[in-house]
Amino acid sequence: MNQVNVIKTIQENRTKKNIFAQKIFFGITIFPVILTLIVAIALFFRAFPILSEYQLSDLLFGEVWRPNQGLFGFRPFILGTIWVTTVGVILAVPACLLVSIYLAEYAHARTRSIAKPILDLLAAIPPVVYGVWGLLSIVPFVDDVLAPLAEGRLDSVPLLSVTQPTGFGILAGGIVLAVMIAPLIISVTFEVLSTVPNDLRHASLGVGATQWQTIRNVVIPQTLPGIIAAIVLGASRALGETIAVLMVVGNVPNIPTSIFDTAYPLPALIANNYGEMMSIPLYDAALLGAALVLLVVILIFNILSTLVLQRMLRRK
Amino acid sequence: MNFKKKHFERRHLIELFIKTIMRIALIIVASSLGLILWTILSRGLPSLTWDMVTQIPKGGYYMGKEGGILNAIIGSIYLASGGTLIAIILSLPIALYLQAYAQDSKWGDYVRLSLDVLWGIPSIVYGAFGFALMISLGLRASLLAGIIALALVELPIMTRAMDEVIRRMPKDLEHAALALGSTKFEVALRVVTRQMLPGIITGILLAFGRGIGDAASVLFTAGYTDRIPTSLMNPTASLPLAVFFQLGSPYPEVRERGYAAALILTIIVLLVSFGSRWLASRLNKYTVK
Repeated sequence: MNQVNVIKTIQENRTKKNIFAQKIFFGITIFPVILTLIVAIALFFRAFPILSEYQLSDLLFGEVWRPNQGLFGFRPFILGTIWVTTVGVILAVPACLLVSIYLAEYAHARTRSIAKPILDLLAAIPPVVYGVWGLLSIVPFVDDVLAPLAEGRLDSVPLLSVTQPTGFGILAGGIVLAVMIAPLIISVTFEVLSTVPNDLRHASLGVGATQWQTIRNVVIPQTLPGIIAAIVLGASRALGETIAVLMVVGNVPNIPTSIFDTAYPLPALIANNYGEMMSIPLYDAALLGAALVLLVVILIFNILSTLVLQRMLRRK
Repeated sequence: MNFKKKHFERRHLIELFIKTIMRIALIIVASSLGLILWTILSRGLPSLTWDMVTQIPKGGYYMGKEGGILNAIIGSIYLASGGTLIAIILSLPIALYLQAYAQDSKWGDYVRLSLDVLWGIPSIVYGAFGFALMISLGLRASLLAGIIALALVELPIMTRAMDEVIRRMPKDLEHAALALGSTKFEVALRVVTRQMLPGIITGILLAFGRGIGDAASVLFTAGYTDRIPTSLMNPTASLPLAVFFQLGSPYPEVRERGYAAALILTIIVLLVSFGSRWLASRLNKYTVK
């Protein structure tokens, strides 16, 4: 009788522990769910002074940035961000799609097992090291090779005319970004491509299609939303990249007209001015407002692509 | 007949062409890694001295005189270790909860979606968030603030990695333990964490590597100083910022040291990356196959 009681208490204790742990663990899972909201609210709260003083459209589309005169126009920075990101994504996407299709459809297991660690290492290299690489290799490369190549030949082409002679600028930033976002785009696209059931491939190959015809007519149509989501994910990663871009993009707040122009993206603006922002009124509010703008845009990109990907990848 | 043959040849030519440009693309991507490593190695090695890794900056260091960046190396290790520790304390319960209690539940979907979204938030935003908190609370840049900002950066990376491996846990093992009368908590603690230990450690080291290399989040929050921090409230230097600041110097010697600092950072990150691979393969011996 006594023994039964002891066993009962032990069991009750274990059940209690289980329920207790479940509650604690559940409590912790609330944190990531509300963290995004907390970040957004905190930034909004700190940016509120400037949002209440200026019209949102004046801030977003104003062209002049002179904090000590009370002029906070984000337009050059927003355009700079868009330019650098666009160039980075345009450079990255073709190569990334080719590589991920190759790895998913053609490559031997051995090639894959070599490619995976290479991509992992590319993803592991810190942004600041990418920046040093950009500074030492890409900026001189743009200056010595690409700019002379374009000069004289592409001067009449809008967006491609050589405008300034240092190598720092959107193109250098875009090249660095392209390499940085490549591992992400490749690995997500690879995952998306491997959700296509092999039966579909076999059916297509069985009626005599070549592998490329199978990919183009069966695999890609099946996975297009996922591939687009992978690219959007890469773009949102590029939007927020700070240090590496900051080191090669020139950081002049002008309105860019060509990929050889310098630019000054939003993250670089935030990172460069953290030191002095407490000494000028509204400056800190403006910079945290810039972070809020960045966050909102990236959240939209992210949530859309994540929803698509979660749905696609579950099909497996 | 003739038409058919032509078509046949053309699509095979296309096949060959596509395959070739795919291989070229793969070579370009792979060789960019080689180029990066080669650039950092060849430019960093000449100015990498023993003093760099064993001394803190002395007077006039930033004008090319004696000293090293031990302050930044130690600071980065403190920052990344602290951030990783906090991230583990949050990540492991979340990942275990998703596996043990929230399989196929709506809440589990929300948590995973939130983690994916957090994962995409750039570290500069976490840095700005940390800074916003600091000025609201009247705090100054410190090791603690840096650790918290890094923990936020690392949390989604680590949890996603853990969730990914824990999900691959053989269901039979779990069912066997449950059938023997274990509670879900006991399964999570005694079966899942042991069986999935290699993957969990890989996730932890992945986040650690990301944390130690992150500059944008510690820029506002941890500050920079020539001293090695002795308390959580001291500001602290970090390696990525040591690279960044030294590159902005007008003195060529200092810039050279910035390249060397980048090499040190790269070596640490590569060691962590290879180390986790090695450790995971060693530990894999002790799991149930």
